[in-house]
Amino acid sequence: MGRHVTTFDRPDPSSDLHSGLHGDPRSGAGPAPGLRRRSFIGYVLAGSTLTVAADLGLGRPARAEVPSGPQVPELYDLEDLQTDSALPTSHLIRVVIEKDGTASFALPRTEVGQGIITSTTMILAEELDLPMDKVKVRLAKARPELLLNQLTGGSNTTFSTYTPIRVAGALARERLLRAAAVLFGTTVDRLFTTGGVVSDALGNSATYGELASDAASQVVEAVEVVLRPKEDFRLVGKPRNRTDAHDAVTGRKKFTTDLDVPGALPTMVCRAPTHGGTPKRLRNKAAVLALPGVTHVAVVPTGVAVRARTFGQCIDAIRQMEVDWNPGPAAGESDKTVLSKLRGGELPMAVPDVPLLAEQVDTRFTFAFRSSAALEPYAAIADVRPDRATVWAGLKVPILAQQNVAQAVGLPQDKVTVNVVTGGGSFGHKLFGDHAIEAATISKAMGKPVKLMWHRADEPRQGRLHPMATSRVRATMLGGEVLSFEQRHTSVTTDFSHGLGEMITSQADELDPIGLGGLSFAETIFSLTQELPYNFGVVTQLLNEPLEFEDVFSTGSMRNIYSPDTCVASELTIDQLARKAGLDPLAFRLKFLKNERVIAALKTVAREGGWGRRMPAGTAQGIAIHKEYKGCTAVLAEIDCRPQTVNRDLGKETVTGPRVTKVVIAVDVGLAINPRGLEAQMQGGAMDGIALTLTSSCHLRDGRFLEASWDNYFYTRQWNVPKQLEVHVMPSDSETPGGAGEAAVGSTAAAVACAYARATGRVPTSFPINHDQLSFKPKSFEPPVPPSPTNGLKLAR
Amino acid sequence: MPKQTFILNGRTVTVDVNDDVRVLWVLRDLLGVTGPKYGCGINVCKACTSHVNGLAFNPCSVRVGDLKPNDRVTTIEGLADTAPGELHPMQRAWLEQDVSQCGYCQPGQIMAAVALVKRLRREGRELRDSDLDQIRNICRCGTYFRIREAIEQGARAMR
Repeated sequence: MGRHVTTFDRPDPSSDLHSGLHGDPRSGAGPAPGLRRRSFIGYVLAGSTLTVAADLGLGRPARAEVPSGPQVPELYDLEDLQTDSALPTSHLIRVVIEKDGTASFALPRTEVGQGIITSTTMILAEELDLPMDKVKVRLAKARPELLLNQLTGGSNTTFSTYTPIRVAGALARERLLRAAAVLFGTTVDRLFTTGGVVSDALGNSATYGELASDAASQVVEAVEVVLRPKEDFRLVGKPRNRTDAHDAVTGRKKFTTDLDVPGALPTMVCRAPTHGGTPKRLRNKAAVLALPGVTHVAVVPTGVAVRARTFGQCIDAIRQMEVDWNPGPAAGESDKTVLSKLRGGELPMAVPDVPLLAEQVDTRFTFAFRSSAALEPYAAIADVRPDRATVWAGLKVPILAQQNVAQAVGLPQDKVTVNVVTGGGSFGHKLFGDHAIEAATISKAMGKPVKLMWHRADEPRQGRLHPMATSRVRATMLGGEVLSFEQRHTSVTTDFSHGLGEMITSQADELDPIGLGGLSFAETIFSLTQELPYNFGVVTQLLNEPLEFEDVFSTGSMRNIYSPDTCVASELTIDQLARKAGLDPLAFRLKFLKNERVIAALKTVAREGGWGRRMPAGTAQGIAIHKEYKGCTAVLAEIDCRPQTVNRDLGKETVTGPRVTKVVIAVDVGLAINPRGLEAQMQGGAMDGIALTLTSSCHLRDGRFLEASWDNYFYTRQWNVPKQLEVHVMPSDSETPGGAGEAAVGSTAAAVACAYARATGRVPTSFPINHDQLSFKPKSFEPPVPPSPTNGLKLAR
Repeated sequence: MPKQTFILNGRTVTVDVNDDVRVLWVLRDLLGVTGPKYGCGINVCKACTSHVNGLAFNPCSVRVGDLKPNDRVTTIEGLADTAPGELHPMQRAWLEQDVSQCGYCQPGQIMAAVALVKRLRREGRELRDSDLDQIRNICRCGTYFRIREAIEQGARAMR
């Protein structure tokens, strides 16, 4: 195997990836002078088969100098922060050409459904000139040498890995061509590649597999590489189905609890009734140990763990446990008390509330706690021995999980192996290693391998929550112009201890000149993600997370961090400004928008969605935009708020309410690697947006979250899905991809909120709109998990 | 320990386990049949949807002792064998519509869809929007729209 190369020759930071063609003097292999393409440095590593590598830091785009005036994300956003954090620390990603002619690559990111294995396969197949089924992309284990560059979040994967992966692929192909030239006694310019075979016009040919050994290197070499021009793409930019689809529809796709690790028996935890509560003692340990199937019981910091032959027997054992609990740090708190504290922590507006002559709009919105849990609950397998530990889990920051597991079980970090398993969804939840740390702690306490799974009830009650927040906006208008637009977002503390916080610390020097030095982690993230692309005079968007909420709630970001809430607040306020200005919501936005890409997307949804069409009373359209992650979306939504729709009865355990009947999305992410995958991300983001505005939240009462399952936590269901859902991918001449995973959430949430306000004539001020009425009977807290039903055969249909 | 016998994906299986263990855990933890997924354990999320004697059911909510030796349980792993071809027409529709994202709920979604189409056939009527609205299977990735399109396509192919 090769060794790591620790010094890099970086691309010239003054050149611009986005503009494509360059006269880079270092490039000797490109087209004719004047049309030379940018070259990059890749590495051939020593090995018995061809192994190439590239620096993940190549994903860093060039940036302009920092002028004054524009908001921070126009110059330097969360994408840049994540990408730059890799620069001083990253090592290499490697592509190996195997002797069977396949290319293998361990992607240092986590697949949780967003389609990055498929898009990465496409990118590598493109540069290598290999069929997609000969490119094997798997998920890398925790690689501590990558430091911060193994974090999957902030819609950053494709943006940060696109160029490095292409460099590795292009270099491998170039080396295979050179090996073939020697073999055939010819020159590289007389050779061509098709489907993993190098040929010449004389009939010589060799497969990549046959060439892999010849192309291998004895030493580490740094090599200049020129990438395939965009005009020659055969795969990138064309819709492709997911590479794991067949496994998914046949039940073969494996998630953490599907893995068969010897001795790792099912394990669950009996958890406290209050959020964050801890166990004092288990009063009936002997009785629990005597229950059918139970092998071990252990009190751990998060509750009382039980290991049994089946998960069903774990559930039964938890229901029999008699446990004394310490209350959690949120004991005594309810939605009302938290909201009142948030209001006390709101930052003042800068513009006085009685400006002379000007008209003023003041709005205030409240956003409830929400659960970011995926359908696959937290699950992890751990096998902790005296001298080493091995963990398997869906983890978006596996290096941090490795550190935390090592600390929790008292081992050096290099004695902990963390295997990354494809996750059954994440939405922010798997940024944290809670499940891996807990599984390792239990395995150590029991002295046995464990397969830990959280009960569904554990997720909203003890799992990560999107924090409750308020958002206030004050805007002033004079003579039809908007003079100022101030937004003050106040939130329960958002936990960024999953790695983004460390990125900010490491980039402190970079952030200082653009005025972000001295802010808290959360304030910095907020400033890096918020952008209001309107000509509204003086625009300020500030975040405050009052210190009194520090370490009270288990929180984290949920698919798009702050933006869905701030977007709902700002777009609803903009509709009110439009009304004061006597303009319709579309015309008003078009008048004030300052970004051509946003304007084009907005015009697309207005045209395709039939903006302004006549609709029956009680139904309406709403329109909204969102700009973030080097891309933008516009959404047109139609909603039906008529009583016969709102009150439709679909039986027990269902919440109906207003129905969104149509959603039209236009998205501009720059270069769309896989338009079909992008469309799926937009559709899913729209379902999240509908849920955030209409139905899904967690209720806090006396330190306890009431929700315990999907019949309490109302994520969008089939009966709330719009019958018409269109995604328009905007054409783009960009050479690089932007972020997509979160892009449609905020704009859909806002368009639905705006439509609801227009349909009902009332601007909603509290989200989701049904939060104030409790639509279910809370399940028991002691025992903390509900009984398993037995009537399933009667319900078969 | 009591012996539990039923027919799983066309083969008779016998397991040593107490009567009251739910079928989901017998399948997953004891027989290693992991297509049916856990998402709630209380028959709400429907991620474990499988078939018993051709009808959709949720094994999280059935005691294994309530299965009779001649009860035929079909999981996603056995679905393809119930129709001609390498895959069931509903699985093919799923692939053509590229429905899956993370894939966790999809075995249950497909099993629910097949049972729905068969039930409508028994009732002698066509698939309607209102039938799709009543599907309870949760997909947290939000693939619902493609699920609807795939079911319509799969239903046509199941004729």
